[in-house]
Amino acid sequence: MKSDEQQHTIVSLVEDKPGVLTRIAGLFRRRGFNISSLTVGKSESPGLSRMTFVVTGSPEIVVQATRQLDKLIDVHTVCDITDRKIVARELALIKVSSTPETRSEIIQLAQMYRASVVDVGRNSTVIEVTGNEDKITSLQDLFEPYGIIQIMRTGRVAMTRGNDTEK
Amino acid sequence: MKLSGAEIVCESLIEEGVDVLFGLPGGAILPFYGALPKYPQLKHILVRHEQAAAMAADGYARATGKVGVCTATSGPGATNLVTGITAAQMDSVPIVAITGQVSRAAIGKDAFQETDVTGITLPVTKHNYLVMETSEIAIAIKEAFYIARTGRPGPVLIDIPRDVLSETTNYICPVTINLPGYTPKIEASSQEIEDAANLINASKKPVIIAGHGALISHAHKEVIDLAEKAQIPVITTLLGISTLPTDHFLNLGMPGMHGMAYASIAIEECDTLIALGMRFDDRVTGKLETFAPDAKVLHIDIDPSELGKNIKPYVGIQGDLKAVLTQLLPKVAKNVNVDWINRIDQLRSEHPSLHIRETSELLPQYVLSQLAKETKQQAIIVTGVGQHQMWAAQFCEFGTPNTWITSGGLGTMGFEVPAALGAKVGQPNTPVWSIAGDGGFQMTFPEIATAVENNIDVKFAILNNNNLGMVRQLQDLSYNGEHTATQYNGNPDFIKIAEAYGIKGIRVTDKSEVSAAIQEAMTTEGPVIVEFIVRHGENVYPFIPSGQSVKDMIEEPQSEITV
Repeated sequence: MKSDEQQHTIVSLVEDKPGVLTRIAGLFRRRGFNISSLTVGKSESPGLSRMTFVVTGSPEIVVQATRQLDKLIDVHTVCDITDRKIVARELALIKVSSTPETRSEIIQLAQMYRASVVDVGRNSTVIEVTGNEDKITSLQDLFEPYGIIQIMRTGRVAMTRGNDTEK
Repeated sequence: MKLSGAEIVCESLIEEGVDVLFGLPGGAILPFYGALPKYPQLKHILVRHEQAAAMAADGYARATGKVGVCTATSGPGATNLVTGITAAQMDSVPIVAITGQVSRAAIGKDAFQETDVTGITLPVTKHNYLVMETSEIAIAIKEAFYIARTGRPGPVLIDIPRDVLSETTNYICPVTINLPGYTPKIEASSQEIEDAANLINASKKPVIIAGHGALISHAHKEVIDLAEKAQIPVITTLLGISTLPTDHFLNLGMPGMHGMAYASIAIEECDTLIALGMRFDDRVTGKLETFAPDAKVLHIDIDPSELGKNIKPYVGIQGDLKAVLTQLLPKVAKNVNVDWINRIDQLRSEHPSLHIRETSELLPQYVLSQLAKETKQQAIIVTGVGQHQMWAAQFCEFGTPNTWITSGGLGTMGFEVPAALGAKVGQPNTPVWSIAGDGGFQMTFPEIATAVENNIDVKFAILNNNNLGMVRQLQDLSYNGEHTATQYNGNPDFIKIAEAYGIKGIRVTDKSEVSAAIQEAMTTEGPVIVEFIVRHGENVYPFIPSGQSVKDMIEEPQSEITV
């Protein structure tokens, strides 16, 4: 990352219809903006989805990205909430290699991170963990010696605190 | 009222005030062509290649300010539109393209002439639609026209599967549009106006650069009012040409790569740059770091993503130029900077960029200066891209807004012929000249048949140097004169081509014949080809090499290349 580059959290309300994700992804690709993560799901309003983007770049680049995004007809609102009071979370599923001997250690580690065990197999255990990226990465580190078989991370979802309406 | 999808398309087009469309049919769009005869208000102009349909719609839109419409079938019909659509996108021109698609059940099955046209045109349209229900056609068309012509205009494509065109439904003409994600901002805040006025009023060496936005927003009068009130020289970008009359005393013409030296130097020396409806294209700025080094920039544009995209403004205002200038004008002081005006006059006399050298040879610059003289600012001039375009931009003269139509952003060879047809259809009482090089002309001249068939009276000038002149020029000046693939050794006889289409063809080989040939073309009814055999190896000056600065400008040929 260059000195003025920073990770920005951008939330956006978009039409929930076919092709919208393609429009957004295409725009980012075409203009060379760098998306670290993108999540999308239904919002409180029927017909609208809410997206969280994590974009890395200089302030100018990120402003340009939000303005280009806002130009898309299917995009209702775009807001860079990086410098506001926000709640940001990510969810990860981690499948750790486990034997009857190591299983209880793994479960203990998970509990320390308030993660939950969602599946136990003969040779593996699946842990579900929610939190910020650092927390997930740090748990991932702890599991590394046991052997991580698979990781599925959702990317950041974020929301402003209190009465801030993301306008 | 129960109507087929095709009939709903026609009803909706009429509802939007459309009276002409340019197109070429094929299987998937046949239901629409089946319905057309029921709507004689919609005149269909059959082209020879769909590319021309999009470009004619573009020329029509630029000449009239209305939305141009083109139609094509699925697959190759639609993909052939793409270059024309992209040209419209780059130059912010409102067109609506309607394409047929294979039937819904066949979509995704690689059916005959199936192409993902909404996918292909996603990055080159302002918006596009794949209409999957007959009941959704009317609202899609209404939205498409609204999106195309408002805000920063642009092309919108509507793809309609064949069975959606054939099915019937109750037609209800939609009255309202609900697009919460699309609300163009029109006016500036009072703070923005104050900041802008303060900047202008404090300036000692201001210049205006007016772009296409000045014409699109119909703000030509306001631009002139601002310029005259504060005595600010006006530079027009390639697409801003015709915003103010060529002979207006404050008009400095075009800047940049092939712009007037005095305009480029004025930008270099100015302390305040007032950028109106323009986007700091690289052909204008050259190297960004050295562009207008001493200037505070006031940038007004309807598209907020243009503010700061290339040049960081000191004051950036999102809004419709006409509306914002109307707000701003009363706050601007009558602030005459005599020293600056004198300096501009000095630059003009020290750097006379429009000098045509004395020679017995037929120079393209001379041809265009004569064309300007004969057409007396009364014609619409349409060009493609290349040397002919730059010389036309330099030497043609304009008195009325929107009489200069050129493929700027995309720089499309072959644009001139079909765009001129569209312009003439839109402005039947104005003389229209298509100016082409021999390269671009050969890309689209089959559309002369379209002109003949539909009595579209366009005069086609060809500046023939048997070269892809601009590319050859770049090879001369930046690639050590290595002429690779820029010479045409087997060009056709363009006068025989005129004959083949049943129109008059005039070949000009000598200076003395130029004026008479232009006059003859103008007094001849119907299309005419005038071929000027111009000097080979002639290059466009001034020239600032790509990505360089005003100090790197070559104002005059060092030694003229002989071929």
